[in-house]
Amino acid sequence: MSTLQIEGLRVAVGGHEILRGVDLELASGEVHALMGPNGSGKSTLAHALMGRSDYEIRGGHLRLDGEELLGLPTWQRAERGLFLAMQYPVEVPGVRAIDLLGVALRGRAASADAHGNGLDARLAAEAERLHVDAQFLARGVNVEFSGGEKKRAETLQLAVLEPKFAVLDEIDSGLDVDALRDVSRRIEAMTDENRLGVLAITHYARLLTELRPDRVHVLLGGRIVQSGGPELADTLERVGYEGLAAELGVEDLAVEAEAESDPFADPTLESNPFT
Amino acid sequence: MAAAFSSDAARALGGPNWLVDRRLAASEELAGVVWPTPADEIWRYSRIDELDLDRYHPATAPEVGEPGPEPAPGGGPVAAEAGERAGLVVVRNGRVVHHELDEQLVAKDVVVCGLATCEQADVAALLGSCSAASPDAFTVLHDAFLPGGAFVKVPAGVVVDKPIIVLHWSEGDGLATFPHTLVVAGESAEVTVLDRFGSPDIRGGSHLVDAVVEVIVGDNARVGYLSVQEHGPHTWHVALQRAHVGRDASLHSSAVALGGDYARLRSESLLAGDSGESDLMAVYFGDHTQMLDFRTLQDHDAPNTRSDLLFKGAVEDEAHSVYSGLIHLRKPARKALASQTNRNLVLTEGAGAESIPNLEIEANDVRCSHASAVGPIDEDQLYYLESRGVPPDEAERLIVLGFFDDVLDRLPVPTLARALRRTVVEKLEHRRG
Repeated sequence: MSTLQIEGLRVAVGGHEILRGVDLELASGEVHALMGPNGSGKSTLAHALMGRSDYEIRGGHLRLDGEELLGLPTWQRAERGLFLAMQYPVEVPGVRAIDLLGVALRGRAASADAHGNGLDARLAAEAERLHVDAQFLARGVNVEFSGGEKKRAETLQLAVLEPKFAVLDEIDSGLDVDALRDVSRRIEAMTDENRLGVLAITHYARLLTELRPDRVHVLLGGRIVQSGGPELADTLERVGYEGLAAELGVEDLAVEAEAESDPFADPTLESNPFT
Repeated sequence: MAAAFSSDAARALGGPNWLVDRRLAASEELAGVVWPTPADEIWRYSRIDELDLDRYHPATAPEVGEPGPEPAPGGGPVAAEAGERAGLVVVRNGRVVHHELDEQLVAKDVVVCGLATCEQADVAALLGSCSAASPDAFTVLHDAFLPGGAFVKVPAGVVVDKPIIVLHWSEGDGLATFPHTLVVAGESAEVTVLDRFGSPDIRGGSHLVDAVVEVIVGDNARVGYLSVQEHGPHTWHVALQRAHVGRDASLHSSAVALGGDYARLRSESLLAGDSGESDLMAVYFGDHTQMLDFRTLQDHDAPNTRSDLLFKGAVEDEAHSVYSGLIHLRKPARKALASQTNRNLVLTEGAGAESIPNLEIEANDVRCSHASAVGPIDEDQLYYLESRGVPPDEAERLIVLGFFDDVLDRLPVPTLARALRRTVVEKLEHRRG
């Protein structure tokens, strides 16, 4: 049993405080949903947890099984067992999933699974399970993938890496119904088989009908303003974020400026010169 | 001109009369050559002002060595790395010291031998038929001291299905050497040639290599050509590689440049016949204080011709690279298609890359594109790989190898890709000690 504790986390981007004291605790096998309107700080939280370098940590803690992660570089957080499925997975020309997973898993006992299958076989098996066409495995990761293919590929990497906790940053965006089902089912299976703990960030309740959360948290104005059971998602559907904000007396729903709300704003638009 | 590059020295290199006469004519011309400076547009950004010809002398006949059966230094393992081959030429300090060719190809009148010794009736006429169309001070110097070089000729209709390997090995402090490869593919012939240029690390010394490669692609012929430049760190390498491509013919030419102190390649392809095609590709990686310098020309002089160029480079430490390329669509080049792409990764702050694509269009109804980029490794790509647990230095390695992949994956001699990737990795790793 593992735990991931976020405590009083305050994060600024470009000198502007986006997260103003976030508290959250996950345990193995649990699914937590983090909901909030655009600009409420959801993506900032995801990247702050993973340690993106241009995020300024102003206070708080992030502990995995008691170990502080906030001082660690991104790759060591991943090595400790944290995974971020990105909203906009980055295209890396010429680097196939097997190349990066091979390096990521090097030195880890888990590079072969319990049945002794090598990485090749594991990738092939996951690809089949997630309905990922083999041609995508032969390409550079995410290069010329559609939105849905990118999310399936993120889930495939998640399944092979077997982290303790996964943060899913709007894994439901850009997905059709079939892809949403494939991705959700695979992740749900991991919560059972691998006791994966999940923090699913979304602003739609749609994902939560597939990936049934144990807890739902609402992020407004850089803080978690309410937590509850799955029924909280239904309440939100009914009253909306503004209704909830009014009820709770929260004034500033959005703390992220539009440009900062997603520093990853579609990377395919800002043309990468190296493709 | 430095005293050592005299007509007496040119004469003393010996060889057949036609070759001696050719050298002497060039030697006369050399007296009137104005040596280039960085003020000349084609030498802009270069280090030509650092070249002191007085430091060098042309290899004398004894230094060049006699033609013989013994393999030259590096011949064994370096040749073996390229895998199966149809023929081999070993050139030491510009002179062929060893050549061999598959018996079945000998029977088909394929020629793989030395320019100076092959006794082929047409060699004198063919030699210089490409390079004379694009002369500069270095080609004149080359012609004045050319002792021999590799000659590959494939008669019309003959297909050579394994590569022919040419190893150019140069060594000796203060020596100037003049390697030459002449490839002639007759009508509908097919052949792939690998030129590998190497020299040792002359610590404290210096070495000048002035090379010319000519590739004549006959009508409807298919030629693959790969040059790999892996000189020691104190070698200056100045090369012209020029191809003439005939009607319905195709050339796939790749250059890999990894070594040298200052290493310059002029890569030119003339599309002289209707529907001819040329693909020019290159990967280059400079480290320490290296400068890798490329000047390219895609010269379309016939209708329906196509040329694509993809040059990808990386620089680290204090290294610099230059890419300056021209697409020239002449009047007859109706319905021509041409593209040039140059992309550069600058891996450290002290390194730099210049990228200057140019177009000159005189023809109508053509399609032309160019793209160029210079920049560091994409931060988002690094972060993405690190978020999967890949340490930063490994992420850099994956991204750089991935960046070179589309060129290394399409090498005319694919077996060499593994060795070249290893060299790229070694260059990346040296910085980390």
